[in-house]
Amino acid sequence: MISNRDSKTGQALFEYLLRLGDDRLVLGHRLSEWCGHAPILEEDIALANIALDCIGQASNFLSLAGKVENKGRNEDDLAYLREAVDFRNVQMVEVPNGDFAHTIARQFLFDVYSYPLLDELQKSADGEIAGIAEKAVKEDRYHLRHSSEWVRRLGDGTGESHDRVQNAFEDLWTYSEELFFTDEVDDILVAAGIAPDLALIKKAWEEMVAKVMKDATLDIPGNDRYMAQGSRNGRHSEHLGHLLAEMQIVHRSYPGVKW
Amino acid sequence: MTVSKEKILEYLTEVKDPEIPVLDIVEMGIVRDIVVHNETLKIDITPTYSGCPAMKLIEDQIIAELHKKGFDDITINTVMSPAWTTDWMSEKTKQKLKSYGIAPPGRLSDDEFDPLNYVDKEVDCPFCESNETELKSEFGSTACKSLYYCNNCCQPFEHFKCH
Repeated sequence: MISNRDSKTGQALFEYLLRLGDDRLVLGHRLSEWCGHAPILEEDIALANIALDCIGQASNFLSLAGKVENKGRNEDDLAYLREAVDFRNVQMVEVPNGDFAHTIARQFLFDVYSYPLLDELQKSADGEIAGIAEKAVKEDRYHLRHSSEWVRRLGDGTGESHDRVQNAFEDLWTYSEELFFTDEVDDILVAAGIAPDLALIKKAWEEMVAKVMKDATLDIPGNDRYMAQGSRNGRHSEHLGHLLAEMQIVHRSYPGVKW
Repeated sequence: MTVSKEKILEYLTEVKDPEIPVLDIVEMGIVRDIVVHNETLKIDITPTYSGCPAMKLIEDQIIAELHKKGFDDITINTVMSPAWTTDWMSEKTKQKLKSYGIAPPGRLSDDEFDPLNYVDKEVDCPFCESNETELKSEFGSTACKSLYYCNNCCQPFEHFKCH
C-alpha cells in the first residue's frame, strides 16, 4: 500500500498519523499523572483506564506512522526519541492538569472532538487507519460519556464546583481553535478520501459542546480572545518539554531496556 | 508433520486470558485466523482494547505453547479489523464468566449506547441473580469491565462491558 503512494501523499499521511498519535500519547501521559491522586477511588481507576486507552490508540497510530515513513522507526522510537518540536499534538493536551474540574473540562473538549473524528475515520480509504479507528471509537464513546456526565455534575453541582469548571472552560478555550487547524496535510488526505473534512467535525463538536454546557448551566466562552496556534507544526508551550523529559527519561537512559 | 488448523486451535485453548484466567484466548475471540503451511504457522490475533496490556504476554504465551508442541516457525500478526466484539463470545463462555463472578455482557444489538447520557440497563448480580443492582463506575480493574453493586446480597461485582 505504501509503495503505491506518491511521496507527497506519503509525507502528508505520516504528518497526519503523528497528529493523531501525539494527541493521544500526550493526553494519556497527562491523565496517568492522576493515578493515585484522583478525588475518589472510582475516578482514579477511570482516569487510569482512559489514559491506557489513549496510550494504546497512540501506539497503534504511531506504529502505522513508522511504517508509512519507512525509515525503520517503530512506535517506541517515535514516542521516546523525538524532541518537542517534532511533536504534532495540540497544546490543549499538554497543559498541566490543574484541578479535577480542569482535567474534566479538557477531557470533555478533547472527547467531543475525538469521538466524531474517529467515527468518520472508520470510513477512511486507508484500511489500516479505518481498522484502528473502528477499535478506538468504541473506547472513545465511554470516554465522552464519562467526561460529559462529569461536566454536567460539576456545572450543575455546588457553587464551588460550578465556578471551578466554568473557570476551567475559560482557561482552556484559548486552545480550542487549534483542534480544527487545517493545512495542506488535510487538503491532500481529504482529497484522497483518507481523512474527513475537519469542518464537519467542528460542526458536531459545537453542537455537543452547546448541548452539554447548557445542561450543565455553564456559559460557553467567547471566541474574542487570544487563540493558541502553531502546535500542529511543532510550536508548543513550555509545558511539553517538561512532560517529555519525564516521559522519555527511562527509554533514553537505558536504550532498549526490557523488564 | 501435517497439522490441521483445528488441532492448532485445540492447542491454543491452553493459553488463558491473563486477566480472566477462566477463559482461553480462543473462546475470547482473540485468535482470528490460523494458516498452516508445512511446519510454519501464521496466527492472526486481535486486541480486545487498543491499550490491552495483556497482548504482548498473550503473544509470548502462544509462542511458548506451540514450541512445546514442536513448532518453531511461528509468525503472529495483529489485525485490527473487524474490531473485536463481545458478541464473539458464545453462551457457554458467558456462563463461565458468570460462574467466575463476572456478570457477562449482553448482545451488542440490544445495547442502547448514547455517548452523552448513561442509559440505565439491567445487569443481574452473578451471585444472587437479583436485578436490584446499581452501576458504581463504567471503568473497572481492567479496560473491559465496569463496577456494580448488588443491593440485594450487598456484594460488589464486575460486569463485562458490552463492546
